[in-house]
Amino acid sequence: MKLSSLLWANLLRKPTRTSLTFVSLAIAFLLFMLLRAISDAFSGGVSMEGMDRIVIDSRYSLTDNLPLSYVERIRALDEVDQVTNVSWFGGYYREPRNAFATYPVDPESYFDIFREQGISADTLARFRSVRVSAVASEALAAHYGWQPGDTIPIVQDIFPQEGGSWTWQFELAGTFQYAGGELLLIHYDYFNEAVVGWGKDQVGWLVGRVADPKEVDAAIRTIDGMFENSPDPTRSTTEDEYRRQFASQLGDIGAISGMILMAVFFTILLLTGNTAAQGFAERVPELAAMKTLGFPDGSVAALVLAEALALCLGGATAGIAIAWLLEPGLEANLGGMIGSFDLSGWSALQALGLATLLGLLIGAYPAVSARRLTIVDALRER
Amino acid sequence: MGELIRCTDVCKDYVRGAERVGVLRNVDLSVQDGTFTALMGPSGSGKTTLLNLIGGLDSPTSGEIEVDGLRLDSVNARALSAWRARSVGFVFQFYNLLPVLNAQRNVELPLLLTGLSRSERRKNAGLALEIVGLADRGKHKPGELSGGQQQRVAIARALVSDPCLLVCDEPTGDLDRSTADEILELLQTLHRELGKTIVMVTHDPRAADRAQHTLHMDKGRLVSNIEGLGTEVA
Repeated sequence: MKLSSLLWANLLRKPTRTSLTFVSLAIAFLLFMLLRAISDAFSGGVSMEGMDRIVIDSRYSLTDNLPLSYVERIRALDEVDQVTNVSWFGGYYREPRNAFATYPVDPESYFDIFREQGISADTLARFRSVRVSAVASEALAAHYGWQPGDTIPIVQDIFPQEGGSWTWQFELAGTFQYAGGELLLIHYDYFNEAVVGWGKDQVGWLVGRVADPKEVDAAIRTIDGMFENSPDPTRSTTEDEYRRQFASQLGDIGAISGMILMAVFFTILLLTGNTAAQGFAERVPELAAMKTLGFPDGSVAALVLAEALALCLGGATAGIAIAWLLEPGLEANLGGMIGSFDLSGWSALQALGLATLLGLLIGAYPAVSARRLTIVDALRER
Repeated sequence: MGELIRCTDVCKDYVRGAERVGVLRNVDLSVQDGTFTALMGPSGSGKTTLLNLIGGLDSPTSGEIEVDGLRLDSVNARALSAWRARSVGFVFQFYNLLPVLNAQRNVELPLLLTGLSRSERRKNAGLALEIVGLADRGKHKPGELSGGQQQRVAIARALVSDPCLLVCDEPTGDLDRSTADEILELLQTLHRELGKTIVMVTHDPRAADRAQHTLHMDKGRLVSNIEGLGTEVA
């Protein structure tokens, strides 16, 4: 037998209590990992490919559209090298749970702007030439087993077609590379012709590439100045800044997740701390007996502290492991909406660091009390 | 047979609120190696306090205590812990076994403080359980044993480090007469056959009869020494 055996035996003294504490810790750390991943997705840095890109959106709100005519007006500016339009389409494939991002785009200019989203020349040519075609990110096509030539029905709940149908049919032209997960691109012209009512001749937002990355600020001033007194004023930003603003319009994800985690861990601290204090009170005679046998004060305190640390680190490890098991499914379901849903090793290290801190805080009082415990007093209280 | 325990002018006070209460007053005592001594007296007479001082569980307010050549009143807590692990075995009224460990592991516990290998620790613990007649109960946890069996495990734990001194505080206080007799028989055997020095606090005159000599305490003082063989009260 080693002292570690005593540690495990003590943890399993009250299996129900230990299990409940363990599960609550595991859930807290699972939440930590998932919220960190969501927060990272929203605050993720922009790639080098996007350094020269600007996003032009409605000044009013994220959900307001811009006139289609803005595309050509912006393209005509000297400061702008290329511009493309993107809109929100939404919908789902067969069943509501099969939801992913679908954008009507201009096939002529989209891949010229988003060069990091690689697409083969054949696929692009097919996409450009067939108005009912669509291209899917590799992850999306793999998820549903789509092959080029397949008909993809997308059920809509915002945009009905002329004739009243809510189901839009697209022919898959092929796939493209997209680090963000699942994304379907459809022909803007086809969408614009077929849509009825709201959305016609409108675009969700524009993405432009400036000729000289150093002139990004000047281009932004020019574009926003051009539409300042129009019914649809714009707000242009760099792509990096746009992502941040997008996140802030949904709420400060980082701050919200931070507050949630603080509340969770403060509650865990109180509950687990209370459990640890109760557990210590129940074991005073045993700890006194250990000291009687000759175990030094420091060893007894270390044993008590190690129990709290083992519980917290065990719970954290379980939470991290569960998060990793859930990652593929969450990436498939959320990745298209929030960008890339990736659990990072750094977050796991932070979780383990937090677990260590939590264990030290929870175990501090019982450990100090164990160290100060006088044998005679403890045995007298029995 | 040399002197194992010497107490010289030992006083012990406890502070309760604003009041200082003298529990032991100028106790002088000498116990010879290899003797079995009973310590009797009414509640509050100071017998458990004296036992705690002899066992190195507490420090005197004044006076000198020397056991097996070590001045207990002048060493620090860590040294005292190490000395207890090496030199004293404790038997309590309520056994004080760890409920999460089985009998074998409870007995093995003090050996974690020694340099013995795992196999040696197991062997010694098994031997100690054999001495107390519980070789077949090693896998049982304290909650699965009777009171008498638990006390036997506690005695095995006290023996396993082969200490020179066993201190027993009301070892039969929680047991029925028949079981108490068995425990006292076991203590006598340990004294007689293994030569252990035993100091036992008891309220029970029949338990005290098992000892070679009996010391009586009253109001913090040693007042008499019956049979006086090997034990001197100044």
